[in-house]
Amino acid sequence: MAYLRSILRSGKNAVPAVLRREFHRTLPAAVQQVTVRDAIKEALDEELERDERVFLLGEEVALFEGAYKVTRGLWKKYGDKRIIDTPITEIGFTGIAVGAAMAGLRPVVEYMSFNFSMQSVDHIINSAAKTYYMSGGLQPVSIVFRGPNGAAPGVAAQHAQCFAAWYGHVPGLKVVSPWSAEDAKGLLKSAIRDDNPVVFLENEIMYSVPFEMSEESQSKDFLIPIGKAKIERKGNHVTLVSHSHVVSRCMDAAAVLAKDGIECEVINLRTIRPMDMEAIETSVMKTKHLITVEGGWPQFGVGGEILARIMEGPGFSYLNAPAVRVTGVDIPMPYAKHLEENTLPQIKDIVFSVKKTLNV
Amino acid sequence: VGIEAGINPTDHLITAYRIHGYTYTRGVSVKEILAELTGRKDGIAKGKGGSMHMYAKNFYGGNGIVGAQVPLGAGVALACQYQAKNEVCVTLYGDGAANQGQIFEAFNMAALWKLPCIFICENNKYGMGTSVERASASTDYYKRGDYIPGLRVDGMDVLSVREATRFAADYCRYGKGPILMELQTYRYHGHSMSDPGVSYRTRDEIQEVRGKSDPITMLKDRMISKNMASLEEIKDIDAEIRKEIEEAAQFATSDPEPPLEDLCN
Repeated sequence: MAYLRSILRSGKNAVPAVLRREFHRTLPAAVQQVTVRDAIKEALDEELERDERVFLLGEEVALFEGAYKVTRGLWKKYGDKRIIDTPITEIGFTGIAVGAAMAGLRPVVEYMSFNFSMQSVDHIINSAAKTYYMSGGLQPVSIVFRGPNGAAPGVAAQHAQCFAAWYGHVPGLKVVSPWSAEDAKGLLKSAIRDDNPVVFLENEIMYSVPFEMSEESQSKDFLIPIGKAKIERKGNHVTLVSHSHVVSRCMDAAAVLAKDGIECEVINLRTIRPMDMEAIETSVMKTKHLITVEGGWPQFGVGGEILARIMEGPGFSYLNAPAVRVTGVDIPMPYAKHLEENTLPQIKDIVFSVKKTLNV
Repeated sequence: VGIEAGINPTDHLITAYRIHGYTYTRGVSVKEILAELTGRKDGIAKGKGGSMHMYAKNFYGGNGIVGAQVPLGAGVALACQYQAKNEVCVTLYGDGAANQGQIFEAFNMAALWKLPCIFICENNKYGMGTSVERASASTDYYKRGDYIPGLRVDGMDVLSVREATRFAADYCRYGKGPILMELQTYRYHGHSMSDPGVSYRTRDEIQEVRGKSDPITMLKDRMISKNMASLEEIKDIDAEIRKEIEEAAQFATSDPEPPLEDLCN
């Protein structure tokens, strides 16, 4: 079952060699299967190597090799100076990281979960995001805040909130939310090289999922531009816009709907701020139907923002039905497995929404 | 002034929002400071920052959230250590902010990693309208660093401040870790423009400090009594300064405001 899910999630025909009933053959040497976790680590490793000013700090990033093992091997390779274990003092170490960035270094701060970043929100926003503007351009803050965001299995309310809308609200920040391994690697490298403060929202559910990585993406200079969405699946009937782990759900739903002859175009946002409205509008002009799908809460969310902008832009006059949003349920995340599952958009919820929008 | 005399321009400094003096000692002209106060385009932050947010080389503001500048300063010190240039960071905060949790988080990491950070608490006896006795369970601010050595200094005596800062900077440069200084001082005016400053203290108290411990008067008296300067020389300096300030004030009221096109730039 897990294998099946990982095939669907990779979005391409990446059937692992093991499942083929014919003779055993390996994938072409140029293409590799890489998990999101390893892709993130590759990005960190390459950027640490490339620029002396880059360093990592966070809880358990060094000796423990990362709470989710994302930074495995990095401390052994780079040592205490560049991979720093911090005490459990989020507001303190975030402030220290921002101060180091002001003095010219390029820190990458890891939050064990973005839920813990709430302790540091003052530094992320008041000390980092606003400073370049407030100083009249004198003081840039080149820093990346990364870590798992949003839903994770069985962690309950205080560990499962999605912060995409919170950080997406703030001018002065860039907010990135990758889905695939290529996304994670290319976007993290761009984030580290960007002179602005970047909030990089990973997701624990995606860490172990393998994706095909093209030959191009294995190069040390492989960058994905921040602010550009990607069409993961082309279709003519309805546009599904999503980000992070929910993109997998959309791809699964699209496969189900295809059996009924409904072809969904699935857009992976990749960046929350600045948002690629052009990609969404172009797609809506073709499909004439729009549904946003996210794991976060409905009120003042990512979906709400997209829907508002569609109304304000050229896409509105192409819509044949009101654009709608599918979101997480407006409650703190419950613990019981069945309740937890039903708090996030399920395949059946997306299918239902599509059929309703298309009036079928 | 005393602090600046005890460190180098290549060292670093960060404080909260009472920054106009520090912005000047860190190298920004009076003209650019006053023009920023009046929100003009030639202010040091192009009119975008205002009274509380001014920056310069090796001067990191200008921070409105009191207490936040302390971990930031420890971070600048981390960068000093990382880049091994033998520089230190002076990180100032007031008696009001001294109880902020993040300050103790910064103390912990600075001591753990031996960051070259001089933490300075400017104790002017009032956090806005709240006297120190009403805000802090312990008013020995130089001891609040616990495992970080602390000195208490007469903040009204420029020469004491200079010597203490030199001592602290040497301590940090030798890689011994952070150090804490409490400067005992006083605030004549209210907290800000909207505070007359007398609802929480007596006018007599203010007069007494002005009369007995004013830093400028004390230094002037000392210089004259020891024949280091004559009354005429001091008068000349006064006149020169007055002229410079008047010109800067003129500029600050006549310079145009930033154009609307700059809003999103």
